[in-house]
Amino acid sequence: MDLEYSEEYQAFRQEVVRFIADHRHLAPGNVARRPGEDVGISWQKLLIEHGYAARTVPAEYGGFGAEPDILKSHIIAEEFARAKVRPGHSGDNRLVPTLLELGTEAQKKQFIPPTIRGEMSWCQGYSEPGSGSDLASLGTRAEVDGDDFVINGQKIWTSGAKTADMMFCLVRTEPDAPKHQGISYLLFPMDTPGIDVRPLLQMTGDAHFNEVFFTDVRVPTSSIVGKRGEGWFVANATLKHERGGLGDPHAAEARFHEIVELMQHETVDGMRLMDHAVYRDRLLKLQARMLSMKFNGMRVLTHSSRGEEAGLPRWIVKLMGCELNHQMAAMAIDLLGELGILYDASPYLRDGGIWQHRYMLDLGLIIGGGTAQIQKNMIGERALGLPKEPKVEGA
Amino acid sequence: MEFSLTEEQRLLQDSVSRFLQAECPLARVREAAESGSTHVDNVWSGLTDLGIHGIVIPEEQGGVGLSLLEACLVAEALGNCVVPVPFVGSSVMAPIAILAAGTDAQKERFLPRIAAGQVVFGVGVTEQIGRRESEGISLQGSRLSGKAMFVLDGVDADQLIVADSSGALHIIDADARGVTTGKLKTIDRTRAVAEVLLNDVEAEVLPGSVGNRGPLESTIDAGRLILAADCLGASQNMLDQSVAYAKERRQFNRVIGSFQAVKHMCADMAAELEPCRALMWYSAHVYTAIPDEARLMACHAKAHLAEVGQQIARTSTEVHGGMGFTDLLGLHYWFKRIGFDRQLLGAPELVREEAARIQGWV
Ligand SMILES: Cc1cc2nc3c(=O)[nH]c(=O)nc-3n(C[C@H](O)[C@H](O)[C@H](O)COP(=O)(O)OP(=O)(O)OC[C@H]3O[C@@H](n4cnc5c(N)ncnc54)[C@H](O)[C@@H]3O)c2cc1C
Repeated sequence: MDLEYSEEYQAFRQEVVRFIADHRHLAPGNVARRPGEDVGISWQKLLIEHGYAARTVPAEYGGFGAEPDILKSHIIAEEFARAKVRPGHSGDNRLVPTLLELGTEAQKKQFIPPTIRGEMSWCQGYSEPGSGSDLASLGTRAEVDGDDFVINGQKIWTSGAKTADMMFCLVRTEPDAPKHQGISYLLFPMDTPGIDVRPLLQMTGDAHFNEVFFTDVRVPTSSIVGKRGEGWFVANATLKHERGGLGDPHAAEARFHEIVELMQHETVDGMRLMDHAVYRDRLLKLQARMLSMKFNGMRVLTHSSRGEEAGLPRWIVKLMGCELNHQMAAMAIDLLGELGILYDASPYLRDGGIWQHRYMLDLGLIIGGGTAQIQKNMIGERALGLPKEPKVEGA
Repeated sequence: MEFSLTEEQRLLQDSVSRFLQAECPLARVREAAESGSTHVDNVWSGLTDLGIHGIVIPEEQGGVGLSLLEACLVAEALGNCVVPVPFVGSSVMAPIAILAAGTDAQKERFLPRIAAGQVVFGVGVTEQIGRRESEGISLQGSRLSGKAMFVLDGVDADQLIVADSSGALHIIDADARGVTTGKLKTIDRTRAVAEVLLNDVEAEVLPGSVGNRGPLESTIDAGRLILAADCLGASQNMLDQSVAYAKERRQFNRVIGSFQAVKHMCADMAAELEPCRALMWYSAHVYTAIPDEARLMACHAKAHLAEVGQQIARTSTEVHGGMGFTDLLGLHYWFKRIGFDRQLLGAPELVREEAARIQGWV
């Protein structure tokens, strides 16, 4: 165990801290606010120039072009979180790494630069009404006709489809192949004729979700990433990146500090919530969980920086991280008592109603990106080596 | 010993449930919620015909003279169908306060009109449970000033009952000079809670509550039991919907209920919820039958159902996968109703503290 970063990294951290102090007035909003808001394009541009966003994306694709150094990326994330300044993004943390890994040169040149600048946004067209956990059973068809694929079918729960410029999409191209081998991964603009996007209201009251219908949608065969029938493997590359993002310990730590603050200034019957032993105990239990997840993150990081698979410590991140976030939101609501149920621009609303919003959204994240039950199956089967559930005929 | 509902109690609950299922399906709940209404006319009048607004009011004053257990059975049915209609404040807490502390003249004046569904009462006692946004209401002579937060059924009420800072209860006209009522928007759009500002308002005291916290306490206890029963009904519905969905939804060529993970989620919900029913019956029964136990059991019912309800709301959503997170099935109406029941009249930690004090442990 050595908790000290080497001199090189300490110097790097100083650089990041200085950059943030000098430029934070240019950052939009506040990282502690609602997730999913647009990061200003000029902020993102500035961050890329200094290597604090799209850091490892090669310069020829519009990135900063640094050698991958997981510790440096981590230091950047840590310092932005600590300063509560909105960090940069890497375009789309599911798509860009996938393209870098598996895209053609033309695809990389066409899509990566505008994506990391924040000028081209993406939605993920995977789930279908009948294919959620069992994603590989998806039925949206793409048939080759001359130089085009012709797509027919339906996606659902497509986050951001209404505003996205592009979709990365899974379609069935080889209906006769075994289900995992008949899928292809396509990229196309959302304004392609024949695409119909219908928003779906969520429990939070927002309509970030959509149903997307395809009727004879023509996209060139060059829209494919990887080969025909390899879409499942391409998608798994994407899912791997997405899972890393869900349950991020930095977000949990920031949230924890918000609760501490809340307990220090909210009162009931004139008594600070922090002075209530029961609430304090509950806070401390969450703190221990939060810290375990933080240190678990450091452990994963060390493995990754050595190019090793972290195994179990990594498999549990999505499950435990999303749960922790949900529990923290639940606690904040309880702390606020009656005030905790206010919503929707009501008078007396605390923190803009963020706690109720998070409480619901976090439950959505426990479900989305592979449900908690599927996560547990994977922990059991892949990390603990337990036997798979016997397959049902045809599955 | 016979620990069960009577035939009459079962019939009552059945008839209310049947009425609500017919008259207040989810479509109607949505309609009301979307138009910002928490008072569906045909439901209100149908409940009047069934005698529900007079459920705890004695026959002499036009009610049906039943006990709090029957009121809880009704609350359970209302929660089960997430019915947007005043009940906890207007049909239970208000008449109980008037019965406990009102003069005969006050009882004659108000109770028959409540039972007949002619008047809606809002009830504001939040500051007597935990002051947060208001220092409460002060009394000067017979005039009240201050602010009451989270007045139950307080939006569009005709009359209000509020507690002053000594715990004495007062009736005021909702449109009296000096009263300003504002709607508080909460996650639960089936419930009407208001903030009421009082600026030197003429009030009529319920004399039995002066220098005696008993009436206030039994009003709060009744409210807690009703919210617990509402939560029980809402949770049962979420469990039922989960089981039905798990039997129908297919993934990996099998119904998801055949996965042990999903089966166990459903079994956990059932195992947690079923004992709550007995807890609820006992707590509501002792409210009138064994007054010494009433306050403790009201706290336990309220806090325990809050915990079980929360777990069920979450688990049921999970069983439904992405569908549970959307508005399509309307599952969130139950989710949010359970969230409301949890925080009003005391969040669980605070209510459990009270249970410790009631038992003389602290
Ligand atoms: C907030 C949010 C955002 C999303 N964004 C997107 C998006 O942008 N693009 C996209 O394509 N999709 C998106 N989704 C969809 C998401 O990926 C699916 O909802 C998820 O994979 C679950 O699938 P399902 O909803 O069909 O549930 P189902 O698969 O029907 O699951 C229902 C229940 O059965 C359980 N279950 C299913 N199979 C098993 C099994 N083998 N073992 C044990 N239990 C099982 C599940 O855990 C769950 O409890 C999003 C979902 C959410 C909630």
